[in-house]
Amino acid sequence: MKASVIVFPGSNCDRDVQVALASAIGGTPDTVEMVWHGDSEMAKTDLIVLPGGFSYGDYLRSGAMSARSPVMREVVARAEQGVAVLGICNGFQVLTEAGLLPGALLPNAGLKFVCRDVQIRVENSQTLFTNGYQQGQTLRIPVAHHDGQYFVEPETLAEMRERDQIAFRYCDADDGRAANPNGSIDDIAGVFNDRKSVLGLMPHPERAADAIHGGTDGQGLLNSLVSALS
Amino acid sequence: MKARVHVSYKNGVLDPQGKAIGLTLANLGFEGVGDVRQGKLIELDLAESDAAAARKSVEAMCEKLLANTVIENYAIELEED
Repeated sequence: MKASVIVFPGSNCDRDVQVALASAIGGTPDTVEMVWHGDSEMAKTDLIVLPGGFSYGDYLRSGAMSARSPVMREVVARAEQGVAVLGICNGFQVLTEAGLLPGALLPNAGLKFVCRDVQIRVENSQTLFTNGYQQGQTLRIPVAHHDGQYFVEPETLAEMRERDQIAFRYCDADDGRAANPNGSIDDIAGVFNDRKSVLGLMPHPERAADAIHGGTDGQGLLNSLVSALS
Repeated sequence: MKARVHVSYKNGVLDPQGKAIGLTLANLGFEGVGDVRQGKLIELDLAESDAAAARKSVEAMCEKLLANTVIENYAIELEED
């Protein structure tokens, strides 16, 4: 399987996700191609990852500038052809701004930057991204964001539920802290497009992909992709 | 021609910054302030001198970049030089 990671000015999880993906694929980091946001061409690839970070310093709105960068025209075109696209944190914000996923991400309801482990529940395990998990399985994965409050119009939300587009929901952890860290509507932590070929989520699976991270619950997402796309 | 674009959250979208401003105003003793919403003001200097053409072009800018119409409304004000 071929995977590509898009690098925007201000991305800061690009190398982490490259290393985690390469290890899931079973190769050295350079088997995962890094693509600069100014490029308008991209080699043939099975998976495009939009990494976390603070691209363009979150100017105007998180992800707003990156969503209009030259490489995104190519990403949108590939997504329309059915190529898998994964957006993590800032990458999720970019995907909503680019119109590849419904809804938008607003500043956290508590106004604070939230950086901690959260518990999330797998709401649909029948996809490219989640086939390695059990339906309803709970995962412990870190979040680190200021603008993670998922919002979508109630009518669109109802359609999304109908089409099983909710990928992950925040759920009660055993540490006594509130399950939903940012005020997201319906406790949503991640969503799919209608075809389930695009996933955006706020938690960082690449930060829970090696025993040295203190948890490996994120590995299943990367392994799911490798087994579905190889 | 100058254009001013006011961008604000739609009704029903939670604006935590507006809420914090409202609480602080109350803490300062300002009474009778209801809902507070914080928006953005974007000022543009345009070469276009025709108002209708300028409005059309700024509307396109709002739809494409300046506002996210999933969560925001925009209003355009034009001012002749």
